[in-house]
Amino acid sequence: MMSNKPHLIVIGNGMAGCRAVEEILARDGDKFRISIFGAEPRVNYNRIMLSPLLAGEKSFEDIIINGHDWYQDNQIELVSGDPVVAVDRAKKTVTAASGRVEHYDKLLIATGSDPFIIPVPGHKLPGVITFRDMDDVGAMLEAANRGGDAVVIGGGLLGLEAAHGLSLRGMKVTVIHLMPTLMERQLDEAAGWLLKSALESRGQTILTGADTAEIYGEGKVEGVRLKDGRDIPATIVVMAVGIRPNTKLAKETGLAVGRGIQVDDDMVTSDADILAVGECVEHDGNVYGLVAPLWDMCRSLAAGLVAEPNGYRGSVTSTKLKVAGLDVFSAGDFSGGEGCEDIVLRDATRGVYKRVIVKDDRLVGAVLYGDTADGNWYFDLLKKEEDVSSIRDALIFGQAFASGGGLSANPIEAVAAMADDAEVCGCNGVTKGQVMACIGGGATSLDAVRAGCKASASCGSCTGLVENILAFAMGDDYAGERENKPMCKCTSFTHEDVRKAIIDKELKVIPQVMQALSWSTPDGCSSCRPALNYYLLCAWPGEHEEDPQSRFVNERMHANIQKDGTYSVVPRMWGGVTTPNELRAIADAADKYNARMVKVTGGQRLDLFGIKKEDLPSIWADLNAAGMVSGHAYGKALRTVKTCVGSEWCRFGTQDSTGLGIKLEQMTWGSWMPHKFKIAVSGCPRNCAEATIKDFGVICVDSGYELLIGGNGGIHLRGTDLLCKVSTEQEAMDYCAAFIQLYREEARYLDRTAPWVERVGLDYVKQRIVEDATGREALRSRFLYAQSFLQVDPWAERAAGKEAHLHQHIAEIRPFAVVGGR
Amino acid sequence: MIAEWLDIGPVDQLPALGARTLPVQGGEEIAIFRTANGSVYALVNKCPHKHGPLSQGIVHDTTVTCPLHNWRISLITGEALGEDKGCVPVIPVKIDGGRILIGRAAALAGVM
Ligand code: SRM
Ligand SMILES: Cc1cc2nc3c(=O)[nH]c(=O)nc-3n(C[C@H](O)[C@H](O)[C@H](O)COP(=O)(O)OP(=O)(O)OC[C@H]3O[C@@H](n4cnc5c(N)ncnc54)[C@H](O)[C@@H]3O)c2cc1C
Ligand code: SF4
Ligand code: FES
Repeated sequence: MMSNKPHLIVIGNGMAGCRAVEEILARDGDKFRISIFGAEPRVNYNRIMLSPLLAGEKSFEDIIINGHDWYQDNQIELVSGDPVVAVDRAKKTVTAASGRVEHYDKLLIATGSDPFIIPVPGHKLPGVITFRDMDDVGAMLEAANRGGDAVVIGGGLLGLEAAHGLSLRGMKVTVIHLMPTLMERQLDEAAGWLLKSALESRGQTILTGADTAEIYGEGKVEGVRLKDGRDIPATIVVMAVGIRPNTKLAKETGLAVGRGIQVDDDMVTSDADILAVGECVEHDGNVYGLVAPLWDMCRSLAAGLVAEPNGYRGSVTSTKLKVAGLDVFSAGDFSGGEGCEDIVLRDATRGVYKRVIVKDDRLVGAVLYGDTADGNWYFDLLKKEEDVSSIRDALIFGQAFASGGGLSANPIEAVAAMADDAEVCGCNGVTKGQVMACIGGGATSLDAVRAGCKASASCGSCTGLVENILAFAMGDDYAGERENKPMCKCTSFTHEDVRKAIIDKELKVIPQVMQALSWSTPDGCSSCRPALNYYLLCAWPGEHEEDPQSRFVNERMHANIQKDGTYSVVPRMWGGVTTPNELRAIADAADKYNARMVKVTGGQRLDLFGIKKEDLPSIWADLNAAGMVSGHAYGKALRTVKTCVGSEWCRFGTQDSTGLGIKLEQMTWGSWMPHKFKIAVSGCPRNCAEATIKDFGVICVDSGYELLIGGNGGIHLRGTDLLCKVSTEQEAMDYCAAFIQLYREEARYLDRTAPWVERVGLDYVKQRIVEDATGREALRSRFLYAQSFLQVDPWAERAAGKEAHLHQHIAEIRPFAVVGGR
Repeated sequence: MIAEWLDIGPVDQLPALGARTLPVQGGEEIAIFRTANGSVYALVNKCPHKHGPLSQGIVHDTTVTCPLHNWRISLITGEALGEDKGCVPVIPVKIDGGRILIGRAAALAGVM
């Protein structure tokens, strides 16, 4: 093997190392004598294909890139199973683990990455596996043959591919993912949610927002315990939480290393005779974890080494998930931000979600789920930074459509251009021709079209299109539709449409609603998110999972934020009645937590001002200990029940208004509503509790109770309407519960009762609550059922440590100058 | 040598679509935000309008809505968005090996 050609030694027999050699050979097959050292005891194979290998779709033979004959034919010496342990730059030698020493003229480091292992207790137990090479796959297959359960930590690309493979191999798989959605680096919330439901329907258990506390077992893995106390038995744990450039050797050798081995545009390190390529390098501040950039690097490396340097300029990457039947693609930047415009297409029937992000007339990112056919086209537009303004409106429909040029920016013209047999309504199979015929037959409004030919009568996602057809067919005669405006700019559906769909289609979580109803934004806005959160919790008592991101600060903190960022705390005083003990506890808390003011509120209770967010859990714990619960002075919820002294003391009192008020408050507290809700009970028509400006008021009279609804003392003063008169306290309570439930179920989010009653009309409310006894009873029992889940004191939960992070600083900086003397 | 970056702690202590606070003795409190896709940003915890605590706002996309009067502030530039005018200092922050690192000089600006 002697020759006088310069000696090129490659450390790393992986994807980048061997591809670099191929690129060099392609340009000049004769320039170097080449040796490759590989830590793995095998020839060069396609690491990407380890996933199909694990899934049983491929064999090792199938995934070999370069077999022994390649090394022979090109006179490459392969030293496999013998990692390089040292480099001597002065002598220009490498030393392998076996003790073998070789001299180099040029050295190429291509050591790839190491999987990152989170150092939780138990991470060293046998049975904890990473997913990086053939040996790892071997270990997983062995475990799968023994059967049992597997836990995969990490819901990224690698973790999901591992989970898929193991589940095809017959293991029961649980994926534990720290972030709230899967593959959050590649997918937005909407696509991540679709992916999660698809995987769950294939039998995997996916736990998002789950943090591993420890891996336990005697001498081997027996399971994983989460920080929230959940316990998942398993015989293997696959850690797929990320990778780190393998820079150990380079560091020891004294090369410049940042996050990776630093290289210039020709892949040369800080030592002119040492090059580096692949996942182990850092170029221009970037490190890469996918193969496409490595191919670019290898080309520039070879060009620089044996031909004309062309200079590597960095790469844009795209990702696809290699799981059969799940088409997921993402490329570029989808974090949004200023100047970015989202174009979203959802097709709930086909399970498709597409989103492209356009900035300054250029495509900057794309996320595709369910239909990735156009992935490459988008990626191409993105890489070439092409101006997409001319195809902007057609972009989301894909290449075939956009280059067909059939689309016009004007929606009416677009409708005019549609063929008569083009389908408009997918649910009911109605064509444009049929809609036109229906309009021709006299249907001049959306409702008439819905009644006539069923278009837009089911899921409603074609409503916009039907309206455009109406406008096209009728010209100026078309008055436009829907005095009921859409919920917000993210959707064309009204509040009522959305609430109906939530029930009819059994939608249970926000991303599901957005997908089913074709939301035009990826994750809604600050106006629809809280509304959807409320509609879901109202529709599915006990089943709904709270989405704290969709709550305004006061509801998240269970206290009212003040202008200086401190909080006010208001304990409940049932019906405005208190005791010396409660007052003492409030006074003690005011002292202990430095309340800067204690004020009697307009709602008959005490408000402690100036409490710091860090102190909230402990002040609540103290007040709880004295028997008090949150007054919900924040929140779209029951606020106060104001009472007067009533028959117990007052010489005019006709009934026990105080007692009834307390009972009403105890029945209704904790309930979330479309807006805040206030109740008052006055003992006689003198009305000292101001019951006539409350959402629900009671005026006691000799013969019973007058029930009043829809009052508001706020911005627009509105006196109540008389709902009816009842004769017993129990009836007053029952009617109150039924009225609240009707309001909860039918009002739009952020409607107080006053505007709601004005919109639906007093007669309607009377019909539902007074005339329809069966309906009233049903409403009442739905309310009480919901209350059985909602009457949980939020303070008690927080005081016990729930969501502690909301109240603590993450850390604190004490500069030397301030600390002093250290 | 004084390090350029300060290690604040593990990134998993930041709730997604939420924020945590970092008081600086003698300086301005910092709010560290995490967006839906896991990006991390830091701003001085003071709304340019009337000094509302931005850390308590609703994080959406790459903006935070101030809890006091609903100004929208860009997490990237610290600028108020829409009609509102004002800007809050941006603090450099990055994630390395699962740790949050914050730019020392900017974090200590104003501390003497
Ligand atoms: C504390 C209190 C004033 C007081 O010192 O008395 C108060 C304080 C606030 N009210 Fe009020 N309202 C208070 C009784 C009232 C009343 C009187 C009543 O309930 O009998 C009304 C008129 C009755 C009504 O609601 O119809 C009232 C009508 C409003 C309105 C206008 C509502 C409307 O529909 O027009 C708002 C603004 C809003 O909710 O959007 C409001 C909003 C607020 C907010 C939440 C403003 C804010 O967003 O920060 C204040 C919170 C201060 C805090 O941090 O505690 N407050 N507010 C009263 C608390 C009562 C309680 O114990 O819970
Ligand atoms: C399961 C799986 C699926 C993947 N799927 C995709 C995908 O779909 N798309 C995509 O683009 N990318 C995918 N990747 C990533 C892709 O495989 C890597 O980006 C690529 O392999 C990196 O090439 P590399 O040469 O830098 O590192 P590697 O291929 O890891 O090669 C480095 C080699 O160096 C060896 N080595 C390390 N230290 C020494 C030493 N001191 N002496 C001798 N040898 C040493 C290692 O043993 C290893 O064989 C996947 C990765 C995995 C593990
Ligand atoms: S009236 Fe209500 S909202 Fe207005 S300042 Fe007083 S407490 Fe605040
Ligand atoms: S203080 Fe932030 S909007 Fe007013």
